[in-house]
Order: sequence, then C-alpha cells, then structure tokens
Amino acid sequence: MPPLARSDQSVLGRWWWTVDRWTLLAIVALIVFGFLLILAATPAVAVRHGLDNFYFVERHFIMLVPAVLIMFTLSLMSPRQVRWLALALMVVFVLLLVSTLFVGIEIKGARRWLHVPGLSIQPSEFVKPLFAVTAAWLFARQCERRGFPALSVNVALYGLILVCLLGQPDIGMTFLTSAIWFGQFFLAGLPVILVGATLLFGLGGAFAAYYAFPHFQSRLDRFLSHSGDTYQTDRALEAFTNGGLFGTGPGEGTVKMTIPDAHSDFVFAVAGEELGLIWCLVIIALFAFIVLRGFMRARQENNLFVLLAVSGLLIEFGLQAAINLASTLHLMPAKGMTLPFISYGGSSLWSLSLGMGMLLALTRKRYGLSDV
Amino acid sequence: MDGAESPSGSAARRLATPGEFALTRARARLGFAVIVFGIVYLIIAGRVADLTLFNEAPESSSVAAAGETVATTHRADIVDRNGTILATSLPLFSLCADGRKILDPDDAERKLLSVLPDLDTERLDDLLRGSKHCAPIKRHVTPRQYYAVNKLGIAGLEFSPDEGRTYPAGAVTAHVLGYTDIDNNGIAGIEKSLNGKLQRNADPIALTLDLRLQTILHRELSAAFETFHALGAAGLIMDIASGEILSLVSLPDFDPQRAGSADDDAKFNRATLGVYEMGSTFKIFNTAMALDSGLIKASERFDTTHPLETSHKTIRDFHASTHHLNVAEIFIESSNIGSALMADRLGAARQKAFLGQLGLMEKSSIELPEVGAPLLPPASGWGETTTMTVSFGHGIAVNAVQLAGAVATILNDGAPVRPSLLKHDPEAQERAPERLVTPRTAEIMRALMRLVVTQGTAKSAEVTGYMVAGKTGTANKQSGGHYVKDARLSSFIGVFPANAPRYLVFAMLDDPKGNAKTRGFATAGWTAAPVVSRVIGQIGPLLGLPPVEPDALAAAEHRLLRALGNDVLDSLQINTGTDDYASVESNSAQ
Repeated sequence: MPPLARSDQSVLGRWWWTVDRWTLLAIVALIVFGFLLILAATPAVAVRHGLDNFYFVERHFIMLVPAVLIMFTLSLMSPRQVRWLALALMVVFVLLLVSTLFVGIEIKGARRWLHVPGLSIQPSEFVKPLFAVTAAWLFARQCERRGFPALSVNVALYGLILVCLLGQPDIGMTFLTSAIWFGQFFLAGLPVILVGATLLFGLGGAFAAYYAFPHFQSRLDRFLSHSGDTYQTDRALEAFTNGGLFGTGPGEGTVKMTIPDAHSDFVFAVAGEELGLIWCLVIIALFAFIVLRGFMRARQENNLFVLLAVSGLLIEFGLQAAINLASTLHLMPAKGMTLPFISYGGSSLWSLSLGMGMLLALTRKRYGLSDV
Repeated sequence: MDGAESPSGSAARRLATPGEFALTRARARLGFAVIVFGIVYLIIAGRVADLTLFNEAPESSSVAAAGETVATTHRADIVDRNGTILATSLPLFSLCADGRKILDPDDAERKLLSVLPDLDTERLDDLLRGSKHCAPIKRHVTPRQYYAVNKLGIAGLEFSPDEGRTYPAGAVTAHVLGYTDIDNNGIAGIEKSLNGKLQRNADPIALTLDLRLQTILHRELSAAFETFHALGAAGLIMDIASGEILSLVSLPDFDPQRAGSADDDAKFNRATLGVYEMGSTFKIFNTAMALDSGLIKASERFDTTHPLETSHKTIRDFHASTHHLNVAEIFIESSNIGSALMADRLGAARQKAFLGQLGLMEKSSIELPEVGAPLLPPASGWGETTTMTVSFGHGIAVNAVQLAGAVATILNDGAPVRPSLLKHDPEAQERAPERLVTPRTAEIMRALMRLVVTQGTAKSAEVTGYMVAGKTGTANKQSGGHYVKDARLSSFIGVFPANAPRYLVFAMLDDPKGNAKTRGFATAGWTAAPVVSRVIGQIGPLLGLPPVEPDALAAAEHRLLRALGNDVLDSLQINTGTDDYASVESNSAQ
C-alpha cells in the first residue's frame, strides 16, 4: 500500500489513517495461512472426489477475490451506512432463509441451501452477521429511547430466525445465532437473574435437541463414549501427534490424506500436522488477538449501537473459530463449522467478509458522535 | 426488560441519560466477555500443545492396519533341522477388475498386458468389459507387479491381499515338501500330510531334513542320473539310530512354484511312492536271518557251482563260481544260487515272519501322502520258488525308505528303526523294543558289508578316510511279466562308519545305461556305488565325522573283521593281524 500522508483527505487516505490496521493485518495473515493450508489439504480431497488436483485451490482463490473486495468496500462505510445496509440486506436474507424451508435443496437430511443459477448459497450464513448488527441497533434503541417497541421487534425477529434454523434443521447455526443474540442482550443489560435463566434455557435447548434430532444425539454420544464412528476425529488427533513441535513441513503431511474434511471443517488438523505446534499457536493467537483487541477497543466506544454491533460480530467470529478449533481438537462434539478465513467454503467466506468488513467500518476512529 | 435499571449513584445521576448508563454497564460487562474468550483460547492453545508434544502416538491405526494386511501370512513355515527355511508364505496380492468402472477397456487391456504379459488376452477382454463387481484377473501378484499395475493408474482395477507359497531351495526339496494349490492348501508332500498343522501353527514346523545334505545328495544323484541316462533316480540319507531322514531325493523332479505345469513322471516320488524289486540288497536280510537263526553259520558252504532249477525257473549267478561258497562268500560275491539255497533251508514261514518284522510287508509309515504299498507274492503262492527269489530281492517290491529302515534295523543291533521326516521326542520311545537280530549277528553283517566294499561288488564305494560298508543291488526290471535283461534297477545301500554305523546313504538308478567309462556296465557297482561314495566324502565332515588316519582306520577295520571268525577270514584270505597293539583305540574311527 502506498504511503498516505496524514493530511490526505481522500476516501482512501481517511480510511488508511482511521481503520484498525492491526486487526486488518491479522485478518490478512489468516487469509494467507488459509491459502497455504488449502494448497496442502485439498489436492487429496479433490482426487478423492474425482476432481482435478487443484480444483479446490482455484475455487478458493476465485472466491477470495470478491471476499476481500466485499470486506474492503464495507470497511469504507460509516457506522450509519453500515446500519442501513445491514437492515436492508437483513430483510433480503431473512426472506431467503424462510424460503429455504420451502425450496431449499436437501443435503444430508437438512434444507439449508438455495440454488441460484451459478451458485449455491446458505442464507443463514449471511443472516448471522446482519442480524448481529440489526439486533445491536434494536438493543441500543431499547436502551436509549423509551417508547419504541425495540425489544418486541428484536424478540420477534430472533424468534423468526430461530424457527427457520430449527426447521432446516441446523443446530449449530441455531446455537451460534442464539449465543450472539443473548451475548448482546447481556451487554445491553440483561438482569443477572435472567442471565441465569438464559443459561438454563440453553441447557434445556440442548437437552431438547438431543432428543429431537437423532444426528445431534449420535454426535454427542460418540463424543462422550468415544465409540462408534470416530474416524475423522481420530485421524485429526493423529495428525497433531504426527506434527509435533515443528510439523512435517508444508505439503509433507501424510495423515491429512486420510481426513475426509481436511479442506473444510478439519483444516486445522492439517495445520497441526504440517506446520506444527508453533505455527498452530500463532494461528490461535491471531484469532484471540482479533477478538480480544476488538473487545478492548469496544470498551472505549462511546456509542452503544457500535459497541453492541462490534461485540456481536466479534462473538460470532470468535465463537465460530473456537467451536471449530475445539471440535478438531476433540474438546467438544464434532460440529460442522468452518474455521474463519482458513477453511474452504464460499458462503462462509463471504459471510465472514461481510461481518469483518462491517467490523472494520465500525471500529474506525471517529471524532464526535455525529457520525453515527 | 425495560432497558435500564434505575440509576442510583450521584455520578450516574449527573450523567443522567439512560443511554449513557447502559454504555457504562456494557463496558463493564465486556470485561467479562474478554475473560471468557481469553480462557477459551488458552484452553485451545493448551490442548494443541498437549496433543502435539505429549500425546503418545495413538497406535497410528491407519499405518498399523496397512502394516498388518501386508505382513500377515497364515500358513506356517517349514524349516529344516537347522532352522533353514524350506517353505514360507509370502504376502501377495490378488488383482480383480470392476468392468463398470473401467473407462477405456482397450487402453486398460493394452497397459495391463505391458505389465503382465502372461495374461490371456481373450479372457482379459471379457473381464474388463464385464459388469462384475470384482472379476478375478490374476492371483498371486507380486509386490513388484502390484506396484507396476498401480502405476498404470487404471480406475476399476483393485487389489486384495493374497498369500503365496515359496520354496527357496526350489526343486532340491520339491518331492519332500510337495506343494500347495492357489488357495494355499497342501496338495502334495509334507504340505499335504501336515496341511492342518501348517494352517493352525504360528511357529515353523521343523523337518529332520538337513538342507546341506539334501543339496549334496541332489547334486550327486542328478549327475549320475544324467551321466547314465537313467529313467529315474532316488536316494536318501538317514540317521541309523533315530531313523531321521536327513535327505530324500527323487529324480526327475520339478519346480514346486510351477508344479501345475510339471508332468506326472516328474512329480512321481521314486523314493516313497515307487516300489521296486530291489535285488541283491535283500541278501542283507537273508544272510542276517540265516545267521540269527543259529541254523547256518558264516563258514557253512553251499553248492553254488551250477544253476538252480526250481519248478518255475532257473536261478543263475552273474559270475558262475567254480567251488562251493560259504555264507560270507555268497554275500560278498552276491551269489543268487547260494542265497536261494540258504532261504530254502530256512523255509518260507521264517522268511515271511522276518521280513514282516522288518516292516517290509506293510506300507511304510513315512510322513508323506505319496507312499507305495509293497507288492508281495500272493500269500497262497509263497512257496519254494518264491522263497528262493525273495532271498535275493526278486518277487517282492518295496520302496526305498522301508528298505533303508530295514537295513538300519539290522545294523542297529536289531533295534527297530522307523524312518521319519519329523523329529520325535526321544522320551516317547520309553520301553526298550524287542531286538530283531542279536548284536552278534549285527556285528557279522557289518563286517560282511564292509567286505562287499573292500573285496566284493562295490569297490567303487570306498572313500578315503572313511570305513564304508554296504551292499549293491542290481535287479532286472520286469516288463509285461518278464524280466528284461537290459533294463535294470541299480542301487547301493551304504553305511558309515562300518564298525559303528551312524548314517545310511542309499542311491538308486532306474535303468541306467553303461558308457565307455564304465566299460558298458550299468550294474550298481559302476553306477550307484560311486554316488554314495562321493556323497559320504562330502557329508562326513558336515556330520561331525572327519576323515580318519589310515593306520587308525586299518586297526578299527581289523577289529571289525575279527567278528567273522578265523574260518571265514582264512577262506577269504584276510589277515587281520594277531596283536591288538596295532589297533590303538581311536575315537574318530567310531
């Protein structure tokens, strides 16, 4: 990037001097790691699917370009623009989400995808960050101006999304969306007694899901008893052990060949085998850095909407990363969730770009409250 | 939830708006989020460190599984008495085709033939185009071929683990070991007789065979087999005391790896399945029986000067004698007439009983499936003529192994010797068996067999440094119920050391043709005896019996021959010396 003078008042100049460059750098680092690991992990998977060796590498690269563009463009916006954009897109994607229940493509027993000519999209992925911003606005409104039925609208919206996600069904997404929403609610002042109630509600929900959804039940059982088909997790653990402190070196892994989802949900196992402990810690540190730095900066924030929106987006990003890492490391039952910016997967990548683009926009330095 | 708790502090009152109060509370609660996420990521980092650094490799299952399928074979090895591998199983592969997955059968066929040229083209055509899930193309694919086929990269060709049997010594041990079918079931030889045990056992099964001796006997017998253009040959080496067979050879033989394509003649085991009229070697039994009966002494003479007319045939000698021969001379010069007269004196009943006790009247118990039952004279027709001909080994056919066992029994001081290919627990034979001949008879037989080599028909069996004893056998072969003059079975049964026999070496040639070197003779002394001589010269040192100094050998020999008594020795014009001082004890001569 060409050096920009502090006095540069162009859009780009102002962006460069106000954007959170450290977070930006961390995201770029993750994208680079992701590309490297996709390069290592996907040829074996592609061959297994009877595709060209570099099929997934090419596709990943092709999808990276718009992803970076989306993120950059969004980060140029003001908080107000972000809010209106989020609200507008929210309406669109919630409608798409509802439509999955009726015209969705059934894959492995769940209707999560819409087939638009040219590509398949998973509306719930996009609803997640958009809902985080929308809910933040509603929570802020609720705190700041009495009279507006913000809470009712918020609860209704959450309820609608919840019904759609459970209808697909998509337990993971339900859990993540709920965690974001309740997290924001907590920050917005949910009384402590209700926080406890919420945790009970979550626990109750987990129990209900256990009995209502057989595949969820089987995953949990397999995790707890470590019996049945634990092939993928076992191979993932083996990959880490094989990697050791320094790893086998990029492209030198062997256990990765035997991991079916090495390119998507289990990409971190490839990192474990080929890059070793040190670089794995670097990757974890990058995620922790983005999340924790984001929270710290949010604490400095003077605008409640921005604070809640940033927190919601960070909870989404941080929780998704943590869930993916924890499942790969067998700290929790295997959950189909991608590792942000590292796993292969179009919808997930674009949704994250959308979220992080809005995050970068919201965390830009502003002078005065009038911007919002 | 109405969005704001009532502000109570004075500071909050000053800031006034509910929005600002909410902001303060949100900031405080964010600290909580920081702590939670911090802990979660620390746990994850700790888990990675634990897995990469301290996790015991969880028995890398994919590698272990792969290793197992490659290395596991199920059929036990067969080893010789020294643990050398004679038969082992190799992990191989079996190749099959899924015609539905093969994209271009023509291309696949061409490529496959370039790697496995011995495949049948037409059959391959059908298999590659078929719709079978797994049409078997080839069994027993070697790792090298496996690699080559995989390298072709043809989709639809698949491998499964297979197992193949291999015999490092090849044809040398072929007749003993036998072979297996494609599914590794033994269908001949030890592979068949011990099939169940080989399938169950994890440990190798040891035979009494010694591959070193097997190789030597095979080499020498093969040389004679070719030199004399014989139809077949057989030979064996046996430990006289235990009956353990150290070597067993039958020629012609075959490559056990390609047993399927070998002809039946090559697969015919002449040492066990073939029964032959052994000829003069039977005089060992006749003479031992006569001496042991106490009715005939070694010095007793019989009229051998003219052919013996029986009711059916005329018995002649190879070399007609000019005077009456005594028992020793009859044996040494191998007189059929003398043998017949001795047998006639003793009678058929005694002969039958004696041969029966020696195990010559029933099927040998050797541990091979290919064992021929003896061909005996009909019980009703075992009259005078039969008794006479059996005395010199005609009219009765036995296999080589039981012949060797019977000879060993006599030389073993009459203690029965049962030829065996498997080691037996020496403890198992607890009670002392009944002796079939007295040690005294055995001693005389050893002396007489020694004289066959020094003075009789088997001078070519002498080995420098060893005291070899033995007996030749040259039998005319029968063809269509008649004996053919020019087709014979020549054999020599040798033992050493003669004074205390440890090992027996037998060689037999089926219809050898004489050559210039043998002055046209094809009798045992010219053909089979030299084989045994060469074998003993080579195996002696291997068996812990190095050559003995001539003086010590001569002294030991004199002591042996004195068993015959002065009458006999005088008749043979043998001077064994009168003083014992010459015969210094020599352990190495034992």
